[in-house]
Amino acid sequence: MSSTTTTLSTSSLACPLSRRLAAYAKEAKYDFLGRLRLPVYSASTILFPVMFYTLFGLLLNRGQSNQGVSVSTYLLASYGTFGVMGAALFGFGVGVAMERGLGWLQVKRASPMPPPAYFTAKLTTSMAFSAIIVVLLMTLGVLFGGVHLAAIEALRLLLTLVIGAICFCAMGLAIGSLAGPNSAPAIVNLLYLPMSFASGLWIPINLLPRFLQKVAPLLPPFHLGQLALGVVGASREPAANHWGALLGFTLVFLGIARIGFQRDERQTG
Amino acid sequence: MIAASEDLYRSRNSQQPGAVVARLSAVSKSYGDISALRAVTLDVRAGELLALLGPNGAGKTTTVKLLLGLAGPDAGSVSVFGGDPRHPENRIRTGAMLQVGRVPETVRVGEHIDLFSSYYAAPLPLAETIRIAGLQGLEKRPFGELSGGQKQRLLFALAICGNPDLLVLDEPTVGLDVEARRFLWDEIRRVVARGKTVLLTTHYLQEADALADRIVVMNRGGITAEGTPAEIKACASGRQIRCVTRLPIAEVCAIPSVLEVQSDRGSLMIRAADADSVLRELLSRDPQLYDLHVTSAGLEDAFLALTRNSEDHAGKEMQ
Repeated sequence: MSSTTTTLSTSSLACPLSRRLAAYAKEAKYDFLGRLRLPVYSASTILFPVMFYTLFGLLLNRGQSNQGVSVSTYLLASYGTFGVMGAALFGFGVGVAMERGLGWLQVKRASPMPPPAYFTAKLTTSMAFSAIIVVLLMTLGVLFGGVHLAAIEALRLLLTLVIGAICFCAMGLAIGSLAGPNSAPAIVNLLYLPMSFASGLWIPINLLPRFLQKVAPLLPPFHLGQLALGVVGASREPAANHWGALLGFTLVFLGIARIGFQRDERQTG
Repeated sequence: MIAASEDLYRSRNSQQPGAVVARLSAVSKSYGDISALRAVTLDVRAGELLALLGPNGAGKTTTVKLLLGLAGPDAGSVSVFGGDPRHPENRIRTGAMLQVGRVPETVRVGEHIDLFSSYYAAPLPLAETIRIAGLQGLEKRPFGELSGGQKQRLLFALAICGNPDLLVLDEPTVGLDVEARRFLWDEIRRVVARGKTVLLTTHYLQEADALADRIVVMNRGGITAEGTPAEIKACASGRQIRCVTRLPIAEVCAIPSVLEVQSDRGSLMIRAADADSVLRELLSRDPQLYDLHVTSAGLEDAFLALTRNSEDHAGKEMQ
């Protein structure tokens, strides 16, 4: 063990900052490109929220309002939440489970890749997809749904959703660290769709049955949904509570992921 | 401990042939109830090509994972370049080709190599890596559209792109056709010719014989034999006699120079160092002996004999 501690101090020599940064940048670039070219991921994570929003926000509920804002504005916030959550859960949950379960992560771990680069690449990919989804929904809403957003509001909505989605990246990581490569997509769907519904992302929370309204605060998407609704003026609750809840959930998920990866290191033969 | 690592540090700069590059000292490792390695001690020396030879479950892949720092030993110690295999400074001098179920399929050949090259301090130029791995003209092709042989060659490219001093190849030619296997063999030989150290695992004696300077035969988590390819083959030399006889196995075993006897569908398979004298003895004891075949033991028989050595079976244990 003595050799470990003495050599650790020289790691900055073996790994100058510029090369480290280059490795991080390339990891992020190719993770994003790989995902973008994967239709099962890019098409479904972008198309589903766009399709739902177009159908329920722009075509079916024209001219109606909820919680003091038009339905097209309300659903922009809630389908935005739904969208960024999907990008994060599928990117991390299915992506990590596959690469972990089928040996690719081991090849990376055996290489001199700085280990955090793997996770930051997945994070930036997920955030990039989140941004694409939110911008697409906002464009549709403004052009076809009569949504009025000041530039500063649009920016706040974008940042809220992209940063809030980190919680679902952590949730996906927890799933990816435990699930097998074949079961991961099913597990993600089983959590993603019911949670979206029960958090009021499809049908506004105030129109859901009373017991679901009680359960919703136990689910992370409820809190991000409320934050996004707050930005567009459809929720008056203090944002700090919801950010606090998301942070708490994130830490719990990271803890679970840590247990999953540690179990892996003991078991992989 | 400190003196030893200083020695290794010197050898690393000068790459003295014969210096220890990687070492397993009395390493044991189990996964749950399964004991994968039992007190294995193994040295990999600078400039050599060491083949770990053994059947599935022998402990070859576990050895590779320990040397790459992907798993830790339950007992004993593992060192690479005199230090912890997980240390970035040692990882940067090591390249690895592992058995992978699935590689990101939408990332292109050139992109995969570009990414892995970025992990290393002094990688080979992209064109050089492409040439060594025989992937010319495939740079723009997504991984998912490569043939089986091309996929193995890309994994080989990722292992060598950083110009590592130690190359670890886990079953590099598994599933390849003869032509693709020979191509990879030539490239592995060239890596050794450049003064690099290579550890490869295989379950083909032919492959170990074609490539290795030294062969370590593993079975059931232990080392059963170790030596040059010539020595390993000599261990299991001799010829094989097959016949139907009334003689009991125990009596045949007792004949001098008989190495091993097995019963197979009514006939006996006898491996003997001196087949002529054993034949004379057999015929004198059982004149009715029939259906006689005498063959020389091939490489695969030698390997089977070596790995069977540690198992329980009817017959005399090899010396």
